Amino acid sequence: MVASRLPDAVQGPGPVDVVLNVNGATHVVRIEPRVSLLDCLRDHMNLTGAKKGCNQGACGACTVWVDKRRVVACLTLAIACEGRDITTIEGMAVDGSLHPMQKAFLSEDAFQCGYCTPGQIMSAVALLAEGHAGSDAEIGEWMSGNICRCAAYPNIRTAIRDVRDGVGGVRKDATR
Amino acid sequence: MTAAIGRPLDRVDGRAKVTGAGRYSAEIALPGLAHAVLVTSRVPSGRVELIDTYDAERAEGVLAVLHHLNLPKGGSVPPLLPSLFGGPASGQTFFPMQDEVIHYAGQHLAMVVAETLDQAEHAARLVRVTCRETASVTTVEQGRDRAYEAEKIFAGFIPGRVARGDVAAALDRAQVTVENTYHCAANHHNPIECSATTAVWEGDRLTLYDATQGPNATLHTVAELLNVMPSHIRVVTDHVGGSFGCKAMIWDHPALAALAARAVHRPVRLALSREQMFSSVGHREEQEQHLTLGADRDGRLTAIRHHKLSPTSHFDDWAEPSLGVASQMYACPNYEGVYRLIKANTMTPTFTRCPGEASGMFVMETAMDELAAKLDLDPLELRLRNYAENEPMSGHPWSSKGLRDCYRRGAELARWSERDPRPGVTRDGNWLLGWGMASSGYPVTPPGNPQRARARIFADGSAVVQSSFSDIGTGSATAMTQVAADGLGVPLERMRVQYGDSDLPNTAAAVGSAGAGMVSAAVHIAATALRDQLIAQAVADEHSPLHGADPAQVVVSDGRMALRDRPDTGETYAELLQRAMMADAEALGTWIPPGLDTPYGTMTFGAQFAQVAVDPELGLCRVRQLIGVFDPGRVLNRKTAHSQLMGGMLWGMSHALLEGTIMGPDGRWANASLGEYLVPVNADAPDVVIETIETVDTVVNPLGVKGVGEVGMVGTAAAIANAIWHATGRRHHRLPITVEDLL
Repeated sequence: MVASRLPDAVQGPGPVDVVLNVNGATHVVRIEPRVSLLDCLRDHMNLTGAKKGCNQGACGACTVWVDKRRVVACLTLAIACEGRDITTIEGMAVDGSLHPMQKAFLSEDAFQCGYCTPGQIMSAVALLAEGHAGSDAEIGEWMSGNICRCAAYPNIRTAIRDVRDGVGGVRKDATR
Repeated sequence: MTAAIGRPLDRVDGRAKVTGAGRYSAEIALPGLAHAVLVTSRVPSGRVELIDTYDAERAEGVLAVLHHLNLPKGGSVPPLLPSLFGGPASGQTFFPMQDEVIHYAGQHLAMVVAETLDQAEHAARLVRVTCRETASVTTVEQGRDRAYEAEKIFAGFIPGRVARGDVAAALDRAQVTVENTYHCAANHHNPIECSATTAVWEGDRLTLYDATQGPNATLHTVAELLNVMPSHIRVVTDHVGGSFGCKAMIWDHPALAALAARAVHRPVRLALSREQMFSSVGHREEQEQHLTLGADRDGRLTAIRHHKLSPTSHFDDWAEPSLGVASQMYACPNYEGVYRLIKANTMTPTFTRCPGEASGMFVMETAMDELAAKLDLDPLELRLRNYAENEPMSGHPWSSKGLRDCYRRGAELARWSERDPRPGVTRDGNWLLGWGMASSGYPVTPPGNPQRARARIFADGSAVVQSSFSDIGTGSATAMTQVAADGLGVPLERMRVQYGDSDLPNTAAAVGSAGAGMVSAAVHIAATALRDQLIAQAVADEHSPLHGADPAQVVVSDGRMALRDRPDTGETYAELLQRAMMADAEALGTWIPPGLDTPYGTMTFGAQFAQVAVDPELGLCRVRQLIGVFDPGRVLNRKTAHSQLMGGMLWGMSHALLEGTIMGPDGRWANASLGEYLVPVNADAPDVVIETIETVDTVVNPLGVKGVGEVGMVGTAAAIANAIWHATGRRHHRLPITVEDLL
């Protein structure tokens, strides 16, 4: 990981130009260095898929990937993400076709209000890549950074199992 | 008739939610949007002596600093009325920033409006508030000596004392008694979406994007608070990120957002922080309950005495109705229920999922388990011996009751009869295993005003149904699509639902598990009215193959009207409309709900079974399985209904083992964050088995929908506490049951 440029000797506290690569596209935003990646995405780039649930790193609703690793965007400074690849829920569907995990969340009813869902899905896809989906207990443990207050947890585990086993998200009917 | 109703259809708003495209109330992008941040009281009681805004006003980007000395006054605070009544629904009869008095910690004292959120948050920290603190009461323990018996609670709808028969005499004569004091910690809803309102004025017209269970509740409440005509306000609620009661009543922030927007002549977003969610939108009050059961040696209840003591605010006599369902569950000739209150330095408590039923039935169902143990009776058998054939308080018949089937099926799924009933004898390595059960019940309450929906069909045969309700994650938008498709007789793919907008036909707030029943009533009536209108048009149209037919003999499916006994004779809606050169047709449906005096007991029932494993050396309790069987009347969508019941049961588990807001010695909530207020995470949640028994109910509403939003939580905490007793031989009378309690 090489930063695209060396940091200036002093940046801020006023607004500075920050170059961010989000979902494969380059954006230049003028923000104060104190702005979190979450607020930058939501308020400065109009990408509101990452959610603000606590702004304290406790709920996981803001989970996005930085260089393919899941991070809580509320505790990450946007300016620190220059030169890195940021992936948000908006980057998961390709040409309007849902990612298998998105399909599995839909068909297994792995959400109710939907507010934690983008973070759950970003965690769930990363979890499979990390190799942390061997058993239900392991899924439960490694998904415990994402709170679902509607408590759709059993269905979230089912959706992840479906994708892991290649059965989820491909069924056409809506029955369980 | 029911091609679509009941099917486990995927959520119609699901794609918006899994792609992140759906916009919640703090996500509306508007040109010139400014951000408001609240400054709150750090003390629970006293007076503001000085608000120093000098530095805040001069901070970068600040547009205004509003407080009690400069906030424009508007209208009046409406009375506290549940939002199910459909009118103004203020969460408490107090509006902040009107004078210098501080009634509770976290009270809103000032509001900073700035160009960006970071600027507003920074400037809010620069506002210096000097307070003179006075003595406060914030807990049951501190206020016990000044408790009083409430005349009425719950906005005046529930008397503070209810009695039938002679409890004292019955308890004197009882062959067996069980008596205990119980304590339940305060709870906070904590939906993951914090409450938020975005306010936009265009001249004297106001649009509010508000996270609410009732767009009309927000509309009517803000209209009164600001003295603005209701016709000049529109409330839009596309998606709501959960509520669990904290968005059921309307608190001060929507009106404050509107006032801020008016002050800076810009659209303003006011989003509460997580910490502010603990002192801005109500809570389930801390409570102590005292329950005495009297019974004969066969286990038949002869007396129930149930008293509750809890803190309320200085302005309102509010207690969640913890005695309600507990008084209706079993046949018993002598009963006494009393609510006692303490005026305290807190907000007015409010609806929290299962408001009263969760705490009251924890107490009742734990006591029933103790009674069963005392009598050496199977806990399930004890419940059957006290089965209420009629509603015990009124003597009225039940509108429907499938509880016996729920008990039987639940016991079968749990293999209840195979457990060793002796406590503390079943082991799995270091774990002590236990099974417990409890009854569930949640009342069916009609809304207070007529519910409406509009159905509209276009000349190509596609249709839309419109109603103002918001979908807070219950799945109501999906279920209403199904109801409308069946009512009109069109395929699901051709039916769209439009909702979450106060400009659409009126509904009350979707609260109290009443949303599905009342909105489906309006949608069903609108869709069938449109169907009947189109059939009438066809039989009157001499160019229609149905000309001259008896309308009662015409049936519709797949968008085609045909004779019941000659299906070949007919035509599609599209053919009818196109021939008549009609671009569309529409009908309004109005459902007049039954009054509160309907001579029936109305309730959704259920039976719950829990298996726990307790490690007595580490104080750990793991819930291994939850089983729930419920009788919610007609199920509109099996998938979303089961999800709601599952979520409710996991809330019950959380009530039993995790959740409690702790009042600090300084009169502030001590654990006001998601790091310290424990809620279940994925690893805490066991698999949950849900079954529904569909009972026919012709009383509650046209489709016989009793509701599933809350009943899942009723009794779960007791089933778990009873399972812990079965595992360990120890009773627990305090919620949550913590590691310390189990050691």
